[in-house]
Amino acid sequence: MDADRNRTDRPLSPHATIYRFPLNAVLSILHRLTGVGLAGGAVSVVWWLLAASISREHFEFVDGLLTTVPGELLMLGCLAALSFHFCNGIRHLVWDAGLGFSERNVRISAFAGIAGAAALFVCAVAAASI
Amino acid sequence: MTYQTSYKRVLGLGSAKDGTRHWWLLRLSSIALVPLAPLFVLSFAKALGSGYDAAVAAYANPWNALVAILFLLVGFLHLKDGLQVVVEDYVHGKAARAVLIVLNSLLCWGLAIAGVFAVVRISLGSA
Repeated sequence: MDADRNRTDRPLSPHATIYRFPLNAVLSILHRLTGVGLAGGAVSVVWWLLAASISREHFEFVDGLLTTVPGELLMLGCLAALSFHFCNGIRHLVWDAGLGFSERNVRISAFAGIAGAAALFVCAVAAASI
Repeated sequence: MTYQTSYKRVLGLGSAKDGTRHWWLLRLSSIALVPLAPLFVLSFAKALGSGYDAAVAAYANPWNALVAILFLLVGFLHLKDGLQVVVEDYVHGKAARAVLIVLNSLLCWGLAIAGVFAVVRISLGSA
């Protein structure tokens, strides 16, 4: 009974929210966020393709929107999101095969995934502007 | 009264009532997207902003059109399955969850078919 009465006065052990997220948790959250965000990119791509299939005027309207500064930023954002989701997704596929679960390997693949995503993004931007 | 044994009734089915099918489809589509996504992005990123004629010419090319169609079908399947997992994880109301899952499925299939229709139209020269 005494223990219950004093419940509010007792010091609590640190709650989960005060800990810094481990890198892998951040990547996991980013994987979901980028996946959901890419829905917007998917809608834009379909709109663009539909416009191209309808007429020159429709195409020029949609293509013009996507090549304004906010449009370009949206497309670059989608490309960055896709690059990350792609590389981190490969990590998930490797895990699904039952490999790479040691703390060391998870850390290595985390950095490899980030580096891979950055490299993919740069390569895609370079390829698109050639 | 059922003549099935308990074992037979639960065989292959987990708590989600459809076993591992959804999980497996998500992996299958992600494997297919490993080659498809970069190939599609290459053709799309080049065609974006390069004018109507260049865009139509890009998807009149049968190779680009085929990659785009496969990417749209597999990509939207992956998007649908992935978004459904997000809904199942964060939406707890029974009705809201059901409505969102149905809506997600309809929208993703609708967009996939719209995209495929557009690419077919362009590649067959109706654009």
